[in-house]
Amino acid sequence: MPILVKTTRLDYTQIVKFSIVIYAAPYSSESAATALRFAKSLLAQGHELYRLFFFGDGVHNAAKLAVVAQDEINLQRQWDDFIEEHGIDSVICVSSALRRGVLDHTEAERHELDTASAHESSKLAGLGQLIDATLHSDRVVNFG
Amino acid sequence: MTDTENTTKPPKSRITFISRSAPYGSNRANLCLDIALASAVFEQDVSYVFLDDGVYQILRGQDASIIKSKTLGNALETLGLYGIENVFADEGSLKRRNIDGTELLADIQVINSDALSELIKSSDTVFNL
Repeated sequence: MPILVKTTRLDYTQIVKFSIVIYAAPYSSESAATALRFAKSLLAQGHELYRLFFFGDGVHNAAKLAVVAQDEINLQRQWDDFIEEHGIDSVICVSSALRRGVLDHTEAERHELDTASAHESSKLAGLGQLIDATLHSDRVVNFG
Repeated sequence: MTDTENTTKPPKSRITFISRSAPYGSNRANLCLDIALASAVFEQDVSYVFLDDGVYQILRGQDASIIKSKTLGNALETLGLYGIENVFADEGSLKRRNIDGTELLADIQVINSDALSELIKSSDTVFNL
């Protein structure tokens, strides 16, 4: 199959490799929920998801300590289920995450805090992972 | 560029950043700059555009110390040091805000909307923040 060149118009009968960047916090706006539905749709249509990248307020989507009313959706859990189910490469921007209290076990220990607060399905890493995603994806779609 | 049987990615990717938010009310201007600097470190071909309220970021003489914030204008002046030399301000955005070219930071080129659309068209990836 020919490699898709990003500057050319994509033929959507071909498989397109996407990366998704989420800037929006859950619940404050529709953006994060839309990003998740977009991610589900592209896989359902047979496309590929190279990477999810949670940046800025978007890191709250990977917070695992959220408790949501029973009749409402827990967006963080939905992201976690989606990432686990499809084995998605999901990255939380480490500098955005630390200052917002979204930490994995390693960071929680390093900073002598009681508990990790990030879903384990995503990993904390730097902006280099976002640049890598732009270089290896046909399309980078931003939400928020 | 063509869709030939070329199996390697081009070594450099053309990434354009469109920063369209005012400097201090939200963190969007900072987020945009962070990604751009990271891509410059990875030696990509980066262009940076100030559009809409984003043009307020490039006014001369900013001082954010009064709000205990870092002065974004100072950080933007380092774009060149990171190898980001294609820095543009949208002519229409400046005009609508009554901002004159002499009020801007150094080394910023004013472009019109035709040139901007060409730039977007020729980019591999566009970030809009």
